[in-house]
Amino acid sequence: MAGAGGGGNDIQWCFSQVKGAVDDDVAEADIISTVEFNHSGELLATGDKGGRVVIFQQEQENKIQSLSRGEYNVYSTFQSHEPEFDYLKSLEIEEKINKIRWLPQKNAAQFLLSTNDKTIKLWKISERDKRPEGYNLKEEDGRYRDPSTVTTLRVPVFRPMDLMVEASPRRIFANAHTYHINSISINSDYETYLSADDLRINLWHLEITDRSFNIVDIKPANMEELTEVITAAEFHPNSCNTFVYSSSKGTIRLCDMRASALCDRHSKLFEEPEDPSNRSFFSEIISSISDVKFSHSGRYMMTRDYLSVKIWDLNMENRPVETYQVHEYLRSKLCSLYENDCIFDKFECCWNGSDSVVMTGSYNNFFRMFDRNTKRDITLEASRENNKPRTVLKPRKVCASGKRKKDEISVDSLDFNKKILHTAWHPKENIIAVATTNNLYIFQDKVN
Amino acid sequence: MSAESPESASAEEQKEMEDKVISPEKVEEAKLKARYPHLGQKPGGSDFLRKRLQKGQKYFDSGDYNMAKAKMKNKQLPTAAPDKTEVTGDHIPTPQDLPQRKPSLVASKLAG
Repeated sequence: MAGAGGGGNDIQWCFSQVKGAVDDDVAEADIISTVEFNHSGELLATGDKGGRVVIFQQEQENKIQSLSRGEYNVYSTFQSHEPEFDYLKSLEIEEKINKIRWLPQKNAAQFLLSTNDKTIKLWKISERDKRPEGYNLKEEDGRYRDPSTVTTLRVPVFRPMDLMVEASPRRIFANAHTYHINSISINSDYETYLSADDLRINLWHLEITDRSFNIVDIKPANMEELTEVITAAEFHPNSCNTFVYSSSKGTIRLCDMRASALCDRHSKLFEEPEDPSNRSFFSEIISSISDVKFSHSGRYMMTRDYLSVKIWDLNMENRPVETYQVHEYLRSKLCSLYENDCIFDKFECCWNGSDSVVMTGSYNNFFRMFDRNTKRDITLEASRENNKPRTVLKPRKVCASGKRKKDEISVDSLDFNKKILHTAWHPKENIIAVATTNNLYIFQDKVN
Repeated sequence: MSAESPESASAEEQKEMEDKVISPEKVEEAKLKARYPHLGQKPGGSDFLRKRLQKGQKYFDSGDYNMAKAKMKNKQLPTAAPDKTEVTGDHIPTPQDLPQRKPSLVASKLAG
């Protein structure tokens, strides 16, 4: 992190690229709703509110020159989901892509799962760089030849062509969710995956679309008794029998699929005790967990609630081992944040490849990183004003109250419409992708 | 301050100090309750969750729509209230209210 008198371990973040339109007039369809690197980090996928997926690929050539790590360029783009209307329930189904998850690569093609509120799709992205030429019955432009005009025969051959990247839907997993899907997670067995909605979690096999198993069901018999919903779910990165799900009440439940077919009874319940005298109208709302992510090691998990990021040791249920304040200064603004609905914003969080640093977004196009080892944190801004490549980003500071120093920004000047909800960290390198409302920023650490 | 006995002056000071120590959250809560006195007693409870689960609900009765269209002929049909969370009954939907079923025809600007 670029701290004062930064030591050798401090990362200096530089602007690398920005994707998307410059103009301020944002079309709803262009709002980015998910960002995800694949397992090698070579591909970066984004989903948007218009149901479209754009995949970027890191170019390999520059890596040898080591002036910078390769740039990300458009590799493929396709319409994943379309708006639908459920006439039976009078329900409009948004095409917004809620999550994208990559499958580990098994052959030349790439596979990803993308989901909207109701339907999950498995997409195959494959390259075509050769095409057959020299047909006997077809002209080069595709017109058919009259067989009677053919006097000699030849064998068609494959000739190189300009690279074409094709995306095709291979599986459609539909009709298994009454409520809105918030998470999908691929199992470490690479054969199954889970999908979670507000009240239920289902287990699927990647090859089978007409059936899924319900593994968690928290729907009360009487909906009047509903007090909490599922907000996120994820499979453990190594144990194929273990998954966690978080709730709107700030709890995380770890479940073991070996224990029973229906995992309504958790194996572990992670909850931080609350001081009842501190309880307010807002307590439950701000404790709602918007994202849960296992560390790569599988030893820890991270949760994001409205004001903080918490790291939990899977061996300790009664409190997190680390808590980082993202924007504590908002605690004295909760009333207006409730009125403008910002208090319900769902921020995501992510780990770096070595699990030493965690990152999450905030308002005013700020994003925050916390180094777990040095305990230092930094606030950076995703803005086109800083877009000279290889210029180190300047740390930002928010002034909560009192005298505002030069270069600080006061809480009341923050733009709450500029929210960074989605961020992703390259699995191996210090490259991060940060999504503002409709732009995707890529930052890299300074390469000397 | 008018002439007060030393004891009550320090008691007032103490209360002032206590007020400052009350969590900012409680101050915000008081603000909210002042603006919306009828706000539900169960914070973050069923009402709020049920609204979340109902997201996307839109009601359209083609019979109502066509009857209204026939009656009004060339006149404008009443448009939806700005708050479109619960569209039922009285309001006659218009083509603008009908769900957009066309997908995005334009490519994403990220790919531009």
